[in-house]
Formats: sequence, C-alpha cells, structure tokens
Amino acid sequence: MLRVLSFAVFLATWWIAALFAGGEKLPAPPAVLAAIVAAAESGALFINLGVTLARVALAFTLAMTLGTAIGYLMGRVRLANRLGDPWLILLLNLPALVVIVLAYIWAGLTEVAAIAAIAINKLPTAVVTVREGTRALDASLDEMARVFAIPPWKAFRHVILPQLAPYIAAAARSGLSLVWKIVLVAELLGRSNGVGFEIGVAFQLFDIPRLLAYSLTFVAVVLAIETALVQPFEARLSRWRPRAA
Amino acid sequence: MQLEVNIARKAFTNAAGERHDVLVDFNFALGAGEVGVFVGPSGCGKSTLLKILVGLDHDYSGRVVRPADARIGMVFQEPRLLPWRSVEENVRLAAPQADDARLSMLFAVLELNAHRNHFPGELSLGLARRVALARAFAVEPDLLILDEPLASLDDTLAGRLRDEIATLVDSRSVTTLLVTHSIDDAIRLGDRVFLLSPRPARILAEQPIRTPRNARSQAEIAAIRADIEHVINGDRAKRIGI
Repeated sequence: MLRVLSFAVFLATWWIAALFAGGEKLPAPPAVLAAIVAAAESGALFINLGVTLARVALAFTLAMTLGTAIGYLMGRVRLANRLGDPWLILLLNLPALVVIVLAYIWAGLTEVAAIAAIAINKLPTAVVTVREGTRALDASLDEMARVFAIPPWKAFRHVILPQLAPYIAAAARSGLSLVWKIVLVAELLGRSNGVGFEIGVAFQLFDIPRLLAYSLTFVAVVLAIETALVQPFEARLSRWRPRAA
Repeated sequence: MQLEVNIARKAFTNAAGERHDVLVDFNFALGAGEVGVFVGPSGCGKSTLLKILVGLDHDYSGRVVRPADARIGMVFQEPRLLPWRSVEENVRLAAPQADDARLSMLFAVLELNAHRNHFPGELSLGLARRVALARAFAVEPDLLILDEPLASLDDTLAGRLRDEIATLVDSRSVTTLLVTHSIDDAIRLGDRVFLLSPRPARILAEQPIRTPRNARSQAEIAAIRADIEHVINGDRAKRIGI
C-alpha cells in the first residue's frame, strides 16, 4: 500500500516537473509511455532488454563464481592472501571506465571484452566479502567435522557453505547493483545493441522520451528481479535463524 | 578397541616465545570396552589431551596407538551443532550409516523425540548436549570421547543425563574416555578413574572401580571419594611444600 502511494507521489512529481520544464527537456509520463509502447511494438525493447540481461547474467555468474573461489582461497591460505592482496587493492580502486576501455582496446569491440570488463569490475568486491566470511568461519565446527570424519565435500556443503552463505548473498546483492550500472556503460562504449546502446543513441539524437523509456523499463526489470529472486533467496538462507521476540 | 597413549611431551609456545609444557610423560592404556575417566583441575591440559587422542593435534612428541580406521564419537564441551540443520539432520550428517531403529532408540533414551525437527537455536543447553550425545552414539563409535558432557547443567538435569550416558555406554560396550572435574560423576561413570595434577598434567593416581555402574552404593561412592580427595590433597600439600 505504502509502495503504491510512494509510486503515485513519484509520478505526480514527475508530471508537475514536466509541466514546468516543458516537454522538450522532460517529457510528461504519457509521452514516455508512448515511447515504451512504440519500442515494444517494434520488438526492439525486448531484444535490447534481453541482450542486456544476458550480459548481466553471464558477467554476474562469472564474477561470483571466480570471486567466491578466490575469496575462499585467500581467506584460508595465508600465502594466497599475501599474493592476491595487492591485485585486489589495484582492482578495487581501478575506475570501471578504465577497465572497460582497456578491455575494448585489447580484446576489440567484442562480446567477450564487454562481459569480461563487467566481471572484472565486480570481482574484487566479491573476493573481499567472501574472504571476510572465510576468516569468520567457526573453527570448532571444522574440528567437529574432522573428528566425525565427515567427507571433505560433504563438510564443505553442510558446514562451510552455510556459514559463507550470508557473505555470498551480500556480495551478490551489492554485486548485482554494481553490474546493473556498469553493463550500460560497457554497452554504450562498445556494443551495438542492449539498453546502454539505445540510451547512447537516444542521447545523440536528444530523444528524451526514448531515453526515459529504456531507463524506466530497465529499472522496472531490475526491481522485479530483486523482489522475485534476490529477496526470497535471502529469506530462504536465513530461515533457520531464531527470530528475536 | 584398545587405546594406548604415551605422550612424552606436549608444549605450547606463547606469544612471547616461551614454551610451556602442557603434558609431560603422560602414559596410560584403556582396554576394549573400558570407561576411563580423567579428573583434574580446569586448565590442566585435559582438552589438549583429547585433541591429541582424536587426531586434531599432531604437534607433540610420543605416540598414540589406536586402529587407524577407528570410528570416533565425541561430545565437545560446547554442543557444536550446525545451527542451520535440524536436530535429526545434525545427527544424520555425522552418522549417515545409522539406521532408523538405532536413531529411534537414541532419541527415545535421550528424550529427544519431541525435538527431532527443531533447530539447535531453539534448544536449551541441556537439550543441545543430548543432541551432541545422540550424534556421538549414532556413529557406533569404537572410541567415545566425552569432554565435560555434564558441565553447566543444574544438578537434577546433570544427574539424569549421567544415568542416560551410563545406560548407553553399558548397552554397547565401547571404549570410552570421559573428562570431568566432578569426582562424583567420575566415580559413578568410570571403570577406572585417573587423577590429574595441575598443568603440566601428570597422572597422580589411578583408581579402579570394579562394581558394575548400576550397582554402586552410596557408601561405596563415598569411600572412593574419600580416597580420591586424600590423593588430591596430598599432592597439593606436596606442591605448596607443607
């Protein structure tokens, strides 16, 4: 209920602002809606959204898998941490734009370059979060698993992974929001389709309804994925926690 | 199974680089199905000893002889259950080979039937200890290690759990090593009671108890207790030099 109200306030503010600013700079909601419908009818909206989502999915999966593995290793093995730490600091502080531009220069304006650049941007935060989680692992449960001779893969699955789960979920959550933002920049700079590319074209043509049409549908998709996938997943992970009275 | 322990020396190095002996010339053996109880002051090195016996600590000089494939069941001082697994899943994870009949028997003896599907966070310490006991017995251990399984429980609860442990130990004669600081628990549960000195731990004396666990009279327990206290006081007097 509150969400609906808050959304209505947003729409109203937009409409009033459009009246003051004039349709040239800020088109009113109906104009943007018309642009969305036009893009949907031509099919371009779905193709571009689909392409962008596929890039997000690939880059996200790649970064999370690699990041979790590297983070776990760095949390467990002191030598790995010493070797990896300078790289981590470098990557954490490297601007996303630099990574994307370098990737396109070195690997050409290709799909591989785009996805790799997005993944590399997300990787270090995943590594840091999972490393912290690994350092916080309960050694007494490890001992229990060893005494009872629980096979290593089973111990990893049932003893280690549940302890890392909140950290992996946090990394996924913050990583996803990072990937949403970076994917558009990568598309703008070096791809010929996707939401980012369309926004770039709209910018060059000063086609503000089209720009807003793509931005808003993209945000709506992100919201839908957050509520339909990320939040239920987090709830499932913490279902064993006793609730505070 | 038989257990033979000869630890020449176990020492820790502290942050300042000084070595502290925890165990020195620590030798004993347990026959198959025997229940050995170690009684000693806190911090004397009992937990270190247990870590060496179960193979968690290899940094010592000496040797521990037990079958390499011995199945170990252990109850740690803290229950060490997986908070994200139910009571039953906790037991099954450690003992995948345990059949339903055995689990039912264990849950019945330890009065856990009503809690099978609870998560450890919903259990009191007494109940969590019972789950840890169920887990240790479910693996049908060749060697059972109990590290202060009755600590920080109230007297009634501790007494009941002690009787349950006695029942389970007798139901399937398993070589058992129990660590406690309660002389009473030691006398009621042990076949042999070993008295330990303060750190570095040595075995001061060994007290065999031949009466079966369920036939020990109050008078007998009191008499053994007096003997044990005599030894402990004698050692203390010697150490402070009276």
